[in-house]
Amino acid sequence: MSAVLESGCADTKVIPILKERGQREVFCGLTGIIWLHRKIQDAFFLVVGSRTCAHLIQSAAGVMIFAEPRFATAIIDERDLAGLADANDELDHVVRRLLERRPDIKLLFLVGSCPSEVIKLDLSRAAQRLSSQFNPGVRVLNYSGSGIETTFTQGEDACLASLVPTLPAAQVEAAPSLMIVGTLADVVEDQWTRLFTEMGIHNVSYFPPRRSTELPSIGANTRYLLAQPFLADTARVLEERGAQRLPAPFPLGVEGTTAWLKAAADMFGVSAEKFDAVTMPKRERAMRALQHQRPQLEGKRIFFFPDSQLEIPIARFLSRELGMQLTEVGTPFLHKQHLAEEMAMMPAGIQISEGQHVENQIDRCRAVKPDLVVCGLGLANPLEAEGMTTKWAIELVFTPIQGYDQAADLAELFARPLNRRMRLVA
Amino acid sequence: MQLTLWTYEGPPHIGAMRIATAMRGLHYVLHAPQGDTYADLLFTMIERRDQRPPVTYTTFQARDLGSDTAELFKSAARDAYDRFQPQAMLVGASCTAELIQDDPGGLAKALNLPIPVIPLELPAYQRKENWGASETFYQLVRALCTPHAPAPGTVRAPRERGKRPSCNLLGPTGLGFRHRDDIKEISGLIISMGIDINVVAPYGATPADVARLGEADFNVVLYPETASQAASWLQRTFAQPFTKIIPIGVGATREFIAEVAALAGVDAAPVLGDPRSRSTWYAKSVDSTYLTGKRVFVFGDATHAVAAARIAAKEMGFKVVGIGTYSREFARDIREAAKLYDVEPLISDDYLEVEARIAELQPELVLGTQMERHIAKRLGVPCAVISAPVHVQDFPARYAPQMGFEGANVIFDTWVHPLMMGLEEHLLGMFREDFEFHDDAGSSHLSHLGASKEKTETKPQQQSAVSATNTPNSPPIGVVDVVATVTATARSDNNLAGTPTAANGPWVAVWDADAEKELGKIPFFVRGKARRNTERFAQERAVAPITVETLYDAKAHFGR
Repeated sequence: MSAVLESGCADTKVIPILKERGQREVFCGLTGIIWLHRKIQDAFFLVVGSRTCAHLIQSAAGVMIFAEPRFATAIIDERDLAGLADANDELDHVVRRLLERRPDIKLLFLVGSCPSEVIKLDLSRAAQRLSSQFNPGVRVLNYSGSGIETTFTQGEDACLASLVPTLPAAQVEAAPSLMIVGTLADVVEDQWTRLFTEMGIHNVSYFPPRRSTELPSIGANTRYLLAQPFLADTARVLEERGAQRLPAPFPLGVEGTTAWLKAAADMFGVSAEKFDAVTMPKRERAMRALQHQRPQLEGKRIFFFPDSQLEIPIARFLSRELGMQLTEVGTPFLHKQHLAEEMAMMPAGIQISEGQHVENQIDRCRAVKPDLVVCGLGLANPLEAEGMTTKWAIELVFTPIQGYDQAADLAELFARPLNRRMRLVA
Repeated sequence: MQLTLWTYEGPPHIGAMRIATAMRGLHYVLHAPQGDTYADLLFTMIERRDQRPPVTYTTFQARDLGSDTAELFKSAARDAYDRFQPQAMLVGASCTAELIQDDPGGLAKALNLPIPVIPLELPAYQRKENWGASETFYQLVRALCTPHAPAPGTVRAPRERGKRPSCNLLGPTGLGFRHRDDIKEISGLIISMGIDINVVAPYGATPADVARLGEADFNVVLYPETASQAASWLQRTFAQPFTKIIPIGVGATREFIAEVAALAGVDAAPVLGDPRSRSTWYAKSVDSTYLTGKRVFVFGDATHAVAAARIAAKEMGFKVVGIGTYSREFARDIREAAKLYDVEPLISDDYLEVEARIAELQPELVLGTQMERHIAKRLGVPCAVISAPVHVQDFPARYAPQMGFEGANVIFDTWVHPLMMGLEEHLLGMFREDFEFHDDAGSSHLSHLGASKEKTETKPQQQSAVSATNTPNSPPIGVVDVVATVTATARSDNNLAGTPTAANGPWVAVWDADAEKELGKIPFFVRGKARRNTERFAQERAVAPITVETLYDAKAHFGR
């Protein structure tokens, strides 16, 4: 359990990055199923794992929101492990039963877990076999959401990366197109579609799409913008298919959203006047809305435990647009290339930590005595009981927070616990 | 491999966490991959615990698998000891760590920690949460009490003259269904009988307390799911008898008092009539007449399900139409109870099977877990929760035990609340066509039913469309749906179906329009039963189509 100090270089200032190993109090990648299955509405996620996996998803989902969900677990039992049953036959049987029950499913993900990885169950071969069996009605893909390979939002990365090879190829001479990558709330996508249309950018697609039958095409003329900071593998395979990333900060807050949209506008030759004409009213409205939250947040000191990889863009927004003071910003993983623009905007004098040793980090948090702590659900109530004010990190991935009209909503998520603490006098 | 949508129980190491988290001064070092820390939130969010569970996870990742996960476990255990200074330590593996076979017990032993270290073997691919809790508690008790055990065969010395009898309360854990309040209720009862409580374990106990269990005269087993294994061992080792009766319900509480009094050698009479006990009188009072014969379906852990069925039948005047449990280890208890009520027991942890059974039985009240609450909500049937798995709602701020006389009061209120009140039910029956009392209005305190009516009783034409496309994405259809669909199909295929006989396939009910209309005048919460009874009556007599007269003939036949 070691700690290594490294520095992230951003122009003139040097931001120290504390790299730690120890107990990581984070979700595994299976958790991403909770929002992915809502986004892709004809997809089913079948975890091949243990009772722990089933229990995790159920617990993280807030227990039984949907009566018959589009996710399930094929629980490996001792017969599978002892070789008494051929795990592949068993899996085929489970899938057949599932698809009989749910003929509406067009896309089935076999999701690998820690136990399936450790026993080396080959889900990619299983996916191929089942795909050919259920072709053309159902496409079967696989990815790993195991905790040994993925941390929380990396599950979405693995899922989207598995989907990229199935994207149709764009014509070689196709007009340049823009792809927005990362799961977003429908409302956010619709807002951006309107903005792009007003700017004259019409060829815009979103990945993942709302239905698996609406996969966007991809090719050398595809330019993509990452809407989420945790899509390292997805970006890599998109580039293997010829797409090029438009470097930008992430669309959180007015400033982030503007720079993000500008990256697309510049690429598609939108004039500065046109860009301003389209975005300025939205920017002004968003800034007016932010002013309501600013008094609650300005000058307040905030500490982030690692969770979703959204920590750095969110910290940048809270610091630059709301005047919060960053203490430690913990992130499970810091993708230097994708976060280069973000790191350049980070204020000096903060501590960034990557990875986790939760006990040491709690000690640091107690020493810093922040006004607000962003952390997972396992830590929140115990820290509240110690007198700290906390914000559940998971809400940041379950809430529409991107874009202009959500900037104040994002700020409000942080203001609410402070506001609440002030109201509760007893 | 088993296809699972929702689970009633977590893996066995969650059971071990329920023991560790309930206790003080105990630490659990769990060899587990990254992500298994999700379990912390069960305790901090559902139970609103103000401290992290005393669990250290190794949270290994793929890169660790290539190097030395055993070393990782050792350093985690050593660090946990240094930081938390527990009196005793549990060590074990979660499902994935079980596969890599690092032997946490052996590794921890090699550390030579100056405290008892108890290795747990919890086979994650065979067993589940309650078994894990039971095994953990048993291993803990055995490890901590053995040093104080008398030589085998030693006869227990009679209690010294003048010394008050004492007992332990065994079984309450973290994430237990109302364990917090049951402890208070039963402790109060036992103390009022002149009996001392030696130790309550695991809830609130330290390892040092557990080591003193043998000092008590007998054990009170509150939750056999977690404590009967340990209690049996204590009986063998310390000659401590233990209670078998679970004091849920007035009748069971009285029997429990008698059982405890006999074990302690005290007089039960002074506590048999608790002035706080109201549920018996409430059930007798005339306003409760409407509860008579309400059809209830009971499902939960075996202890709570058996107790609930008994209360339902003997203390509320309901009719138990089904009973089941998700807990295979206690299937026998449920089978025996099912015989008492002449119903088919359901032993299953498959949520879909439970749902199908409820839909088939059409109960008027479901007594189940949070899972059944969701099923009942979908089917438009009132429901009260009687058992774990727990939900944040099962940790009320107020005092709300299930056990003892106050527990019976709480249960009376909890079960009656979701039902339609007596007078309201009568008025609904009399004024079917009243503009404010029409079907879709539902009752004032079950407003969601109005909405669900839309879904479950749409027009036959729409039903046919739904069944024709067989949209599986729509919520599984309710019972009334099924019947309505069958009816609609039968009607449209009237020429083909003709007069149903055994020869041309399954019997299909055919209702004429007036009979259908008359059926609509019956209150919706008994309409399903009326439809089913009428169709059964018609089928047995090969009556087709069903007319208004058939409906009333059937009513007279079945009575109520």
